[in-house]
Amino acid sequence: MPEKTFRKNIDIRKNYSEKFGFNMPEEFLLKIEKGLNEETVKRISKAKNEPAWMLEFRLKAFGFFKEKSLPSWGPDLSKIDFDDIYYYLKPVDEAKKTWDEVPESIKNTFEKLGVPQAEKEFLAGVKAQYDSEVAYSSLTKELENEGIVFLSTDEGLRKYPEIFEEYFGKLVPFSDNKFAALNSAVWSGGSFVYIPKGAQVKRPLQAYFRINAEKMGQFERTLIIADEGSFTQYVEGCTAPVYSTDALHAAVVEVFVKKGARFRYTTIQNWSNDVYNLVTKKAKVEENAVMEWVDGNLGSKTTMKYPSCYLVGKGSRGEMLSIAYASENQHQDTGAKMIHLAPDTSSKIISKSISLKGGRSSYRGRVEVSSEAKNAKCRVECDALILDEDSASDTFPLMKINEGSAEIEHEATVSKINEEKLFYLTSRGLTEDEAMSLIVSGFIEPIVKELPMEYAIELNRLIELEMEGSVG
Amino acid sequence: MLKVENLQVSVEGKQILNKVNLSVSANSIHVLMGQNGSGKSTLAQTIMGNPFYEPVAGKIEFEGVDILGLKPDERSKKGIFLSFQYPSEVAGVGIQSFLRILYNNSHEEKLTPVRFRELLFAKSDMLGINREILERSLNDGFSGGEKKKMEILQMSILEPKLAILDEVDSGLDIDSLKIVANAVDRLRKKNNMAVLIITHYARILKYLEPDFVHVMKDGRIAKSGNRRLAYELEERGYEFDA
Repeated sequence: MPEKTFRKNIDIRKNYSEKFGFNMPEEFLLKIEKGLNEETVKRISKAKNEPAWMLEFRLKAFGFFKEKSLPSWGPDLSKIDFDDIYYYLKPVDEAKKTWDEVPESIKNTFEKLGVPQAEKEFLAGVKAQYDSEVAYSSLTKELENEGIVFLSTDEGLRKYPEIFEEYFGKLVPFSDNKFAALNSAVWSGGSFVYIPKGAQVKRPLQAYFRINAEKMGQFERTLIIADEGSFTQYVEGCTAPVYSTDALHAAVVEVFVKKGARFRYTTIQNWSNDVYNLVTKKAKVEENAVMEWVDGNLGSKTTMKYPSCYLVGKGSRGEMLSIAYASENQHQDTGAKMIHLAPDTSSKIISKSISLKGGRSSYRGRVEVSSEAKNAKCRVECDALILDEDSASDTFPLMKINEGSAEIEHEATVSKINEEKLFYLTSRGLTEDEAMSLIVSGFIEPIVKELPMEYAIELNRLIELEMEGSVG
Repeated sequence: MLKVENLQVSVEGKQILNKVNLSVSANSIHVLMGQNGSGKSTLAQTIMGNPFYEPVAGKIEFEGVDILGLKPDERSKKGIFLSFQYPSEVAGVGIQSFLRILYNNSHEEKLTPVRFRELLFAKSDMLGINREILERSLNDGFSGGEKKKMEILQMSILEPKLAILDEVDSGLDIDSLKIVANAVDRLRKKNNMAVLIITHYARILKYLEPDFVHVMKDGRIAKSGNRRLAYELEERGYEFDA
């Protein structure tokens, strides 16, 4: 008697523990005891020996964080115990320029994750952050000579204080939300990127964020300025060990895309399911400039992330392509914001989600067209694929259109894996699992083909591994 | 090769097939005719192992082995192929890589993408399939005729021992029908493939000469005969006294 229903046990993260979930013994120069108070903030600032204005900024942000309650909407964050998190762990004295100088355990970690290999093969520069600090930092000589700056944010602040005073916290003020405030209070690490006018960075820059210690909080801060007419691709990946306790990742990313520049920011987030991932990302896009967010959310316990584009220049364009994968005990609450503030601006949001084994994925989007934004165009497409009855998907689109000439398209589909389609593929000799992964990879294909497959280490590997023996 | 004995099939408790008996040997061509809802497609889907159809009694043997406990992919690996009446569209799955999986799964020899392309083009050209179509996703947005040709292309890649063709003739114009029928017949001769054709019309039988014609009615095989039966049915309709 054939089985009445198909098993649905595709899980692209089933080998997470061995591949990414390992941990190394803790070695550090400074670890501030867990818990968060004004003293913690002051000690982080002191350890960094930073300008007085930054300490002041941190303290104000901390004040705001304390006052502000958790968001009343979205995933449940009430289980986060802010006193049971370590806010600062310094693994190295400074970012090393060669892998040989990086301490053994850290170097081994990044080797296991394939970072040096990827660097050799296709990257123009790498920042590898381990807990609170960037441990390894590189940029090809060529790019350095062209005036491209790619530093850890701490180093950036030391070398370019005037740029920081002008841009830091201007796009994402600490008052943006509770977790932007938390980041602003205790931030450490992240990348600082400056692309000079007209520079074309052909190979991507990559940042890799690794949490190693248990109950760790990672609060990197990224500041990017893409000057007029430049072109850059930036990629970030993140993973963490599997513990049974919670970890916290609250990043802030600010991207300034100047006139006629194009910047593509790709994230492959693959945190372990211990991690609360609460991230604020914004881009300010000037005249005829293009900002593209490509966002893959595979990991974490709970993610809240809605990268936005402020289209302030005439003819500017914002794009978001995202995939969310929500499995057991995961809630991916992700989306995008496109704010049209100038004429002839256009935006596109394509969001795909896969929910399985009781996971939940939510799309939360916001499109605004101001009265100045004549002839704005926007297209939103959300597709959800639900693999079994225990899983869920929901959509919260919000549109505020204050200009009559705007062309807005919105499409949303929810599909369940169709038994007929599975039978069709299995009748051709594919096992149920192979058929299922084929359907899933077909579903996300429109986004995967946009990904820099050669170097987006995470998704690349995950999907290829799953497809081994099936897709050639 | 294929032996169906006293097969009874239910869907959600409702009986669809009632004691069906059918025996198909290698190299032979059988035709199954009958009105809509008479159970032809149910029989085809049950032989292929669609879990929606529940065999409650009887058996299906393939090369002397009971296959009722096997999953669809296991039946496929034994050499059974079903050309679907309504093939599924699978967005985002490229035809070439999909067909190469089928080839490499069903053949000892594994082909590289380049070598496979040569083989694929030879087969698809023969079926008159435009090469541009091979750059698309599997059946995605295809016309009825294109889907049917894609089914036959998959058949010629898999090289089954038994091909069940469920209304392969619908959606095909007369030229395409001839091409498809010839492709089936070539494969039959090459591999001694058995063929079970499900159809409403005798026109495909001009190109594929059946050894046996069966008529289904109310979930059972009501009448069997030689090819003349097919033409009689077409003239007189299914209103005969079984």
